[in-house]
Amino acid sequence: MVQGFLILLFCQLLGECLVTLLSVSIPGSVVGMMLLLVGLIVIKKVPDGLRSTSEGLLKILPLLLVPAGVGLMRYFGVLSAYWYQLLIILFVSTLVTMFVVATLLRLMSKEKHEEGH
Amino acid sequence: MVLWSHFQTLPVLWLVVTLAVFLVASWFNVRMGKTPFLHPVLVSLTIIILVLLATETDYDTYMLGGQYIHLLLGPAVVALAIPLYDNLATVKRLLVPLLVGCVSGAIVASVSAIMLGMWFGLNDQLLLTLAPKSVTSPIAIAIAEKVGGFPSLAAGLVLITGAMGCVIAPAVYKLLKIEDESVKGFVLGVGAHAMGTAFAFEYGMVAGAFGGLAMGMTGAFTAFFLPVLIPIIGL
Repeated sequence: MVQGFLILLFCQLLGECLVTLLSVSIPGSVVGMMLLLVGLIVIKKVPDGLRSTSEGLLKILPLLLVPAGVGLMRYFGVLSAYWYQLLIILFVSTLVTMFVVATLLRLMSKEKHEEGH
Repeated sequence: MVLWSHFQTLPVLWLVVTLAVFLVASWFNVRMGKTPFLHPVLVSLTIIILVLLATETDYDTYMLGGQYIHLLLGPAVVALAIPLYDNLATVKRLLVPLLVGCVSGAIVASVSAIMLGMWFGLNDQLLLTLAPKSVTSPIAIAIAEKVGGFPSLAAGLVLITGAMGCVIAPAVYKLLKIEDESVKGFVLGVGAHAMGTAFAFEYGMVAGAFGGLAMGMTGAFTAFFLPVLIPIIGL
């Protein structure tokens, strides 16, 4: 448990150091995730402590989002001014995204089928 | 009232409120058939905001306690490496279609949101907040913090996108006549992150696994891609 938590925090710290040193605007935690993934690929297994800690954290992930979400109360002004534009943007953009991805994946799986014949 | 103003600044009060409200919201969501429109996070933050307004507590005071929960988001994002590693065999087998799907999805999602936002004349900070809207919230919050958007607003937009995605996806499948479970899951993960993934599990385990995979890959790719895109479009 402690060991698993240490690994996660250490990867995040390494990530934060890297993005600061390289002065890029990528979140340190995402770089930490990639570092951990590479580490796991190298050692070819997930240490037990790391797995239990990670699964515990991911299980409560929705709860971890709540404090940031409550911050919405600071944006009532923006929301009341732009709520319908924002809703239209989210709807159209999500529709287009799903349409494009589904079409591409369908084309690629069709090509594979034809190659097989 | 003097007593309350002291009580209000106790961090543990807001920890108790957050956990209790979240448990009630989760229970309520299960009772309502797990509809994405009453997602526990959406319900929780609505109730907590109402409590804060009713007790005249500002966000900074709430965060005296809330910060300890928020702090765990960082290691939780790092922990997303584990489900990605578990699905490594699938990633290797389907590397090209998965990469094409997640890269094109991530680009279309953020570019279309930014372009629509420009068309509506939204300001730069709002555009930067919209850009990560299809990415899983912990990564979206981190991206918004980094590129100069509003992290809390980004979290809210991500949740709304997730709920919408669960409604849009079945219509897209019908229109394009998609029956492959893995494609269904992947589309949901790219366009509607964790909420889409949870919804994908309704189609089956394979769909759910592909959803999670798509969510992780799209999130990581977007985090690297947005800092490159933003200067190009001059934000």
